[in-house]
This record gives sequence, C-alpha cells and structure tokens, in this order.
Amino acid sequence: MTGPKRYSNQAYRRLRAVKRFGLYAGVAIVLAYMLFPYYWAIISSTKSRASLYSFSLLPSLDFSNYISLFNNPIFMGAIVNSAIVAFSSSLISLIISLLAAYALGRLHFPVSRIILICVLMISVFPQVVVLSGMFEVIGWLDFYNRPAALIFSYLLLILPFTTWVLTSFIRDLPTELEEAALIDGCSRIRILTHVLLPLMGPAIASTGLLAFILAWNEFLFALTFILTDENRTVPVAIGLLTGSSRYEYPFGQIMAASVTVTLPLLILVLIFQRKIVAGLTAGAVKG
Amino acid sequence: MASVTLKEVSKSFGAYDVLRSIDLTIDDGEFVVFVGPSGCGKSTLLRVIAGLVPVSSGDVFIGGEQVTDVPASKRGVAFVFQTYALYPHMNVARNISFALETARMARNEIRQRLTKVADMLKIRHLLDRKPKQLSGGQRQRVAIGRALVSQPQLFLFDEPLSNLDADLRMEMRFEIAKLHAEISTTMIYVTHDQTEAMTLADRIVILNHGRIEQIGSPRELYDRPVNRFVAGFLGSPRMNFAPVSFDVSSMSLLGPKGFAFEGRLVGDAQPATLGLRPEALRIVKAQIPRSIQGIFERVEDLGYEQIAYVRLTEDLVWTVRSADPLPDHAAGQPVGLAWQTKDLYLFDDAGMRVDVLAATEPFAIEQS
Amino acid sequence: MQNRETRIAWYFLLPLLVALAAVALWPLGRNIYFSFTNAFLDNPTDYSFVGLENFATVIEDPVFWGAVKNTMIFTLVSVTLETLLGLAVALLLHRAFAGRGLVRAAILVPWAMPMVVSAKIWEWMFNDQFGLINKALIWLGFLDKGIAWTADPSLILGTIIFIDVWVTTPFMVLLILAGLQLIPEEIYEAAEVSGVPAWKRLWSITLPLAAPAIGVAVLFRTLDALRMFDLSYVIAANSENAMTMSIYARDQLIGFQDLGVGSAASTWVFLIVGLVAILIVSVLRLDRNTT
Ligand SMILES: Nc1ncnc2c1ncn2[C@@H]1O[C@H](COP(=O)(O)OP(=O)(O)O)[C@@H](O)[C@H]1O
Ligand SMILES: [Mg+2]
Repeated sequence: MTGPKRYSNQAYRRLRAVKRFGLYAGVAIVLAYMLFPYYWAIISSTKSRASLYSFSLLPSLDFSNYISLFNNPIFMGAIVNSAIVAFSSSLISLIISLLAAYALGRLHFPVSRIILICVLMISVFPQVVVLSGMFEVIGWLDFYNRPAALIFSYLLLILPFTTWVLTSFIRDLPTELEEAALIDGCSRIRILTHVLLPLMGPAIASTGLLAFILAWNEFLFALTFILTDENRTVPVAIGLLTGSSRYEYPFGQIMAASVTVTLPLLILVLIFQRKIVAGLTAGAVKG
Repeated sequence: MASVTLKEVSKSFGAYDVLRSIDLTIDDGEFVVFVGPSGCGKSTLLRVIAGLVPVSSGDVFIGGEQVTDVPASKRGVAFVFQTYALYPHMNVARNISFALETARMARNEIRQRLTKVADMLKIRHLLDRKPKQLSGGQRQRVAIGRALVSQPQLFLFDEPLSNLDADLRMEMRFEIAKLHAEISTTMIYVTHDQTEAMTLADRIVILNHGRIEQIGSPRELYDRPVNRFVAGFLGSPRMNFAPVSFDVSSMSLLGPKGFAFEGRLVGDAQPATLGLRPEALRIVKAQIPRSIQGIFERVEDLGYEQIAYVRLTEDLVWTVRSADPLPDHAAGQPVGLAWQTKDLYLFDDAGMRVDVLAATEPFAIEQS
Repeated sequence: MQNRETRIAWYFLLPLLVALAAVALWPLGRNIYFSFTNAFLDNPTDYSFVGLENFATVIEDPVFWGAVKNTMIFTLVSVTLETLLGLAVALLLHRAFAGRGLVRAAILVPWAMPMVVSAKIWEWMFNDQFGLINKALIWLGFLDKGIAWTADPSLILGTIIFIDVWVTTPFMVLLILAGLQLIPEEIYEAAEVSGVPAWKRLWSITLPLAAPAIGVAVLFRTLDALRMFDLSYVIAANSENAMTMSIYARDQLIGFQDLGVGSAASTWVFLIVGLVAILIVSVLRLDRNTT
C-alpha cells in the first residue's frame, strides 16, 4: 500500500461508531431545536394560571385554558371563519389552476412559458403592493368586512402556487396515457377528468392541503379587509387576544389557542409528508 | 382497412427538423415496418400518421381521404405504445372498453366486443385485474386488445416489444404476425430491432435523420441496398467496409492493404468504398493467391455460429461469420480472407451503391 | 390541428387569466395609479392628480428609510443564517439513519404553523419575567436578571431575526435536500474509492452540484423576507426599530387612510423588491455561465 497511513481494522470500526453517534446527536439537536418550542407551547397551555410560571417541563393536565377558549364565542367564530375561507379559496384555486395546469403542462402552446414566468412573478411580489387596488375591488364587489373578501383576495396567494405545482405534477405523468386517451376518442376535458385526475389524487390532496395552510395562516389581508371581531380569522384573532391589562397577558390561553389551530394541520402535514415535500420542491428544483 | 399516403410530410420541433419531406404509400392490408437508428424520427412519423403530432407541412391521407387536420380519434386508427400506456386506475376490462364507453356505445355491444377480443388474446381471466397486477407480456396483450376492440382500419405499433425479454418478445412477434394474417388490417410497426423488421414486414421503410433511405421487401433491402447506410444497417454483424480508390495506371481498384482487383461498373461512377457481408468472407491460409492478408484477432463461438475478427490495418477490423467451426487460429497469426466476386458491393463517394458488372478476385500488388 | 390545440389551451387558461387579472394585475395597476393622486381611503372617488408629490413625501420621510434599513438588515442576516443552517441540517438529514422520513416530516412543524402562532410562542419563551429563555440563561449564570428581548429597542430586530430563522429554516432544508437528492450516489462512491477526503467531497462535489438548488432557495427566501409583515407586526407592534417596508406602507394606507401616499410607498416597495430580484437573478445567471 502506498499513500497515507492505514490504521487497523479496529480503529476504523471505532471511528465509524463515533461518526454514527455524532450523526444521531446532530439529529437529536436539530429535532430539539425545531420541536421544543411547540412542545413548550403544549405544556404551557395545560398549566393553570398559578403553575404557568413554574417552568416544569411536564404537562400539568389542567384544561381550564382550553375550556375558557372554547367558551369564547369570538375565538370559536374565528375558527369557523378560517375554515370557510381556507376551504373555499383552496377549492376555487384548485379548480382554476388544474384547468390551467393542464394547458400549461401538456398542450403544445407557444406562450405557456411566458405565462408560467408571470405566474411565478406574481407569487413573489409583495402583497402590500396590491392592497389599495384590492381595497377598491373589494369595495365594488361589496365584500368588505365579509369572509368573501378573504376568499377573493387569497386567490392572489394560492393560485400562482397551485398552478405552478400542478403544472409540474401533470408534466410528470406519462404523455402516452394521454395519447392513448386521444385515440380512444376522449375530449380534452374528459382526459383531464377521467384519465389524469384519478391518477393525481395524492398530488391534488397535498397541493390542496398546502393551499389550505397558506390561506389558514394568512395575516395581512385578514387584518386589513376584516373590520369586526365576529368576522375575523384565526391568526388575527390570536394576534389580537389580550388580557384586561398588560400584566394579565393571558399566555396560557394564547398557547391553548395556538395549539388548537395548529394541531390538526400538523397531523395532516405529517400524514401527507412525502407528497408535501414533492409539492413544495416541485417547481423550485426543476424550474 | 385502409391505405396510407404521405405527401412531402415535414415536421420540425423549433429549429430542429425531425422529418424532412417524407413521401410514402402503404397499400391496404400491408404490414409495413419503420426501422432506423434511435432518434431518426420513427416515432414522430408514426404519431403524425396517428394524428397525435401535427405536421409542419405536407399532407396525410388514410383510405384515400385527406386527414391532415383530422384529430386522432376520428382517423380510425389504433396505437400500441412501447410503455403500453394502460390506464393504471382502470381494470383490464375498462381499459379495453374505455374507447367504446367514450363513444357511448350500447352496453351489451361493448360486452360482446370485449369478450371477443379477450378470447382472441386469451386474456379473459385477467379482465378484473389492474395493470399493476399484470406481467409485461400480459400488459402487452391488453394493450393490443385495447387497439383491437375499436376495430380500426389501421394499426400503429411503436416498439411494442422492446420492453419484453427475449423469449417473450419472440412469442409476441409470432402472435402479432398471426394477428395480421387473421384480420389483415393495414399495420405500421416501428422498431429499431432488425430481426423484428425482417421477420414481420411485407415492406420495410428505412429511416435516417428524418429521411427515407429505402423502401422495399426485406430481401430487396438485404440484397440490393441503395446505399452504404442501408447496407450497414441491416445484417448482424454489420457489413464490412474498406476504402478503395481507382488507379488510372493499372485501371484497377486499390484496397488499403496492398490488394487490388479489376472491376467493370455501370456508367462512369467512381467507387470509394467496398462492402462485404461477414458471411461472404472465408478465412484461408495466409499468402495464398486471390486472398487478402490480415491478422487473426479472436473468435466468438455462439454455438450455432462463429464470428471471427481479422485485422486488416491499424484501424480496420473485419468480421467473418461462419456456421461451420473455424479452424483453430492463434491470436496474431496471419491469415488470408477470400470472397466470391458476386458478393462484392461498391459504393461511390456519396455513399450510393454502384452496380458491379464484372469484377476479378483480389490480387496482391506492390505497395508504394 | 395546431390552431385547434392552441384554442383549447386558451379556454383552459381563461379562468386563471381572469382571476389573476382581478386579484393581481388590476389592483397593481390601480395602486400605481393612486400613487399619483391625493385620494383618501374614506372617499376614494374624490381626488386630483398631484404628480410625483407622494413619491417625494415618502422618500423625504425618515421613518420610511428606517423601515427600508430594517428590512434590508432583516433580509440579509436572516437569509444568510437560514441558508447556512439550512445547508447544515440538509447535509445531516441527507445521510441514512433510522427514522429519517419521520425526522424530515417533523422539521416541517415550524413551517406549517401560522407566523402569528410562532410569534406568540416565542414571545412567551422570550418573556422578560416568566420566559423560559431568561430563566435558562439565569440558571446557567449568563444573566443576573431577565432581559426584555421583545421590548428593548436595540434587541428587537435581532429577536425577530432569531424567530424568522426558526420558522423558515425547514423550507430551506427541504429545497436544499431536494437538490442534494438529485446528485447521483455513484459520484460519491467514486470519490470515496479514489480517496477524496470528506471535506473535499463537500466542497468540490456537493456544493457545486447543489448550487442551483441553493440559489433558487435563496432567491425565494430573499423575496419573501423583503415583504415580511406579520412577524414584526405581532412582535413589535408599532416599534419603529422593527418596522418593515410592508408595515410602513400599510400604516400610511390604512392607519392614516392616505391612499395616495400609501400607494406611493407600496410602489416604492415594489420597485425596491423588483430591483433586488433582478440583481439576484443576474448574479445567479453569471454564476451559471462561468461554471
Ligand atoms: N415533442 C418533442 N419536442 C422536441 N423534440 C422532440 C419531440 N419529440 C421528439 N423530438 C425529437 O425528435 C427526434 C426524433 O424522435 P423520435 O421520433 O422519437 O425518434 P425515434 O422514435 O426514431 O427514436 C429526437 O431527436 C427527439 O429528441
Ligand atoms: Mg421512438
């Protein structure tokens, strides 16, 4: 053997064990960093007012925060509003962008590239830039201070994203399937509904979930276009939750609210994890 | 049942010309095979005929009718894809009957046709399965069933067997030939496998760089290739080539290894390349007259035939194919190669074959 | 046949184009239009043209420049930290270990939460009296007395950057991981067999091959950071020390009801973001051409 010195087999075995340990230690640190704050929120939400300041790392299983939260009509109303707004805007976006994605991803069509780039540009420009114009349009439509205002304005957030992701999913389906369907006499819309759509189930579910999350989490439009408490969505409701004075800031209750509005989504995200990652990275990696 | 005519069909993707002015007529009931190296435009040509790819210019006629702008579903064609393209979410029965269902055919008629096709292809027991639960050969049968059920006037196959292993490929090749004999519908079949082309075709169309090089029966193409490309494409191992030049002083053709022969050609063509098929060559003892000299390199014994490699010059190795066992030669041993003059092909500097009226066997000359 | 396909394509695209025109192009156009007027939000139909006056008002306002400065610092620091941290975590999670899929899913948690919720959780952890962080730092002996992380003007931007890094690193990790997964394993095996040391494999193989993915991720994150609104708004309320460009523009528009100046401020934001986008894209292009 020439070159650098070679150690004994045992030394290499030990080195490998050390590396292995380092890997798991690193993963543990990353997990702690990413998850601990949420864990702490859960812990804090189950503590009574008195024990809230005790720094115990274990939950104390006091659900008074949740009970008072669920008895708060404004917060429960916000959950309903958020669900309506997020569901409607995601559904509308999915339908519109599925049609568009089929044209952009499949039909040979000269300007499709330009349209895709425009869509991408719209998805990155600052929302505050359309605020005044959107205000006016919402006024004309008589949507101001109604959930409809948010359903409408969230299209700006969601449509570019769903269009981009679905286009890339459609491009991944084999062209031959579609050619076979064309020869079988299918119209374009029938190809979309009977051949492509059944194959895109998981893709659509995960794209829809991401769209739902985008809408569920939105803050700026929800803050601006909704005036009264009973029409608020969850993020704004939490943002505006305050106690009777600065010193009675209801942290326990805020943590309970935070856990309540995120837990269902987090569970869905974990279930759809694989497809979600594909959706999030679809455009970015290939484009 | 229909004839197919292409008139000056061209297709470009952007600036890239995939098909260049294709003229072709296929008779009713014919089995025509398109072959050519990969990327030469075979699939594109087939898709143009199917109506899946629009032409850039030119006209397509099926059954004598102009169909250039008619959509695929209205051309009465069926297409079998290399990847089968079965709908993964539908079972076999629905895959096969989807076209009929789309055309809103009556349910019992659909069932009748389905049963008939399933019996014909012996896939009746598979009707409830999803494509995922089928083997490659079974998928292939389903794909053919899907094509058959709509009773097309023209079948198009795009490398239907290339995803199958060797045994199955042979079996399915036989089945397709039988199918054609049975229903005698016009079929166009794309492949890059010359065995499939030679065995299935009534006529072969050889494509290269988006152009038709030659059209003809398998025999015609093998015996009388119009040019060097066709001569080299058909046959395995491929034809041996060597550059030759015309020597004015001796009025003979000079090969690269100090051999020459006299030949009389049709017209005043200038040959630039000679060609000899591997089976036309015989290995003889070194230095015997009427042979050319080379170095024996190695032999491959396939059991039913042997292929020997003989080096003529630094960068020229010829293959010799023989059904009989070759005498034992050590690597590096000098040997001679001989052939009969009727087996000689000559090509001019544009690669076109020139007819040989008469030629002598090779003889050695002084090397200058 | 080609024309028919193009026509069908337009039908399929029509809903998208109409929707985007209604929610993006038209409002954007109106925003620019209002920038040149003295309209007020309470009666937006009664206005006259004032030329470039609103644009001048905005750039003469020191608060605006403060917001620009905050946004730039926030973007530069947080995107840099996220990229480095994201790269490190991606390299770690790219290795094979038991439960890798689960871990990759778990790191999505901060990203999937509403920014408001993240802000509240961290506000609680950073609380000056009852926050876990002060408690831990005191217990470890780094501090004698809790720090008001979210109230102290000199700390607030740093705190916001810290929270943003926590929230958006998962996104960075995912994009970089996707880039890493495109690199064929054989390349590493070849390098390992021929004795290329680990650091060199990282520097000469991984980074150059993952560079396009990292570049795209940085571009997206930068543009996203430049429009940041919710985190600062929730944590810092009205503090000028953490005011971003988006908050400034919205304040003019909604807070002061000044449609003209607010629109002009938004237009400035649009121009600045556009400029940065062009800069980054051209830098990425340059890179691509030289390698
Ligand atoms: N939709 C398309 N867009 C651009 N180029 C294409 C397209 N389809 C085929 N080509 C190109 O046309 C050439 C011929 O393709 P094809 O007909 O599939 O070849 P073959 O089937 O003979 O292998 C190839 O170089 C291919 O890259
Ligand atoms: Mg092909």
